[in-house]
Amino acid sequence: MEFKDYYKVMGVKRDATQDEIKRSYRKLARKYHPDVSKESDAEERFKEVGEAYAVLKDPEKRTAYDQLGADWKKGQDFKPPPNWDQGFEFHGGGAGGGGAEQFSDFFETLFGRGDFRGGFTRADHRQFTARGEDTFARIVVDLEDSYLGATRSITLKHTEMGDDGRPTVSNRTLNVKIPKGVRPGQHIRLAKQGSAGAGGGESGDLFLEIAFRPHPKFLVEGDDVYLNLRVAPWEAELGASVKTSTPTGDVDLTIPRHSKAGRKLRLKGRGLPGKEPGDFYAVLQIALPRAETDDQKAAYRQFASAFEFDPRTGEEG
Amino acid sequence: MTNENRNHVLQCEIIETRLEMSLSDLCEVCTVTSERIVQLVDEGLVEPVGREPAEWRFSGQSVRRVVVAERLSRDLRLNAAGAALVLDLLDEVTQLRQRLIRLEEIDYE
Repeated sequence: MEFKDYYKVMGVKRDATQDEIKRSYRKLARKYHPDVSKESDAEERFKEVGEAYAVLKDPEKRTAYDQLGADWKKGQDFKPPPNWDQGFEFHGGGAGGGGAEQFSDFFETLFGRGDFRGGFTRADHRQFTARGEDTFARIVVDLEDSYLGATRSITLKHTEMGDDGRPTVSNRTLNVKIPKGVRPGQHIRLAKQGSAGAGGGESGDLFLEIAFRPHPKFLVEGDDVYLNLRVAPWEAELGASVKTSTPTGDVDLTIPRHSKAGRKLRLKGRGLPGKEPGDFYAVLQIALPRAETDDQKAAYRQFASAFEFDPRTGEEG
Repeated sequence: MTNENRNHVLQCEIIETRLEMSLSDLCEVCTVTSERIVQLVDEGLVEPVGREPAEWRFSGQSVRRVVVAERLSRDLRLNAAGAALVLDLLDEVTQLRQRLIRLEEIDYE
């Protein structure tokens, strides 16, 4: 079992006052709240901070934790000394169930599970079991899945209370039909796939929050899908028809004459599908050919001499 | 798990595009009380159509707003007005991030 340095997690010194600990907790909770933070490990950190605060905010638990001594380092293999907590009175006891599976083994060994949580807030949002036994999880799908609809096999980590009263994690695989037109941030509901009801009651629902895997070509903004399309200077200026990939296949796109870099060419209704489908935009980028040979350099010079063009004065084009 | 289960494809619905939900639908999906929803409506956090709570119709978007608001109130001790502000700002940040990612993708080579 790994030792947890709750003071380090909380970013306070070992002699910090209760007020300092509280202030630090509030700050870190805002920083790592999974609904607000974009840090990739926000959820993990939020949980860790919650656990640390559950111990340090409570003078009884804090004193007991301090008894372990200051020599332990984070991650060190830890075995609690025998009777380490002798003589400490804990209020709220280790009895009873109730969501303590959020905490680490380290915490559970020291303080038991159950009502120690006190004012602690539930940390793991994505996989928790809500009051009504509805379950939430987040899944990542491809942009194409939204265009075409798809059946995806997803694996969920599922926490259940084992016979010994300890939570056990099992994997559960579901085949899910990803509905056409689903957007990132939306939720799909799978009826009766949440946690089993207590005492033979009805199972809750499973809610899946959709996220898109980053696509190598296309970018999603709201309902619209963007492609940065590279064109040659002559294609942009003289107009051209160029083959362009879209999520539903290649199309021939007409580049109007006198197009500038950044011009957005819209294919109406070819964005994410749905009742109100988004649009597809190809955003022009002018790619300059590199002059390597003498002929190519001469071509650029000829190009220059054909125009009286100073890009730094007057209006462009 | 039997093979039959494994091959079974689960049907589902997108919550956000569900056209409308009643007050009790929303309470059930978000597992909150109707009193709490009334409070959130008073703050304009969710905006139902209809005059009386019994006639209220919520859009599917309301689900996410209520669920996130509940987490923010519980974890960061925000009141309904604060949670509403955070939700609006989060929507804006999401939009701006998507745009930023797109613009940063442009290759100036």
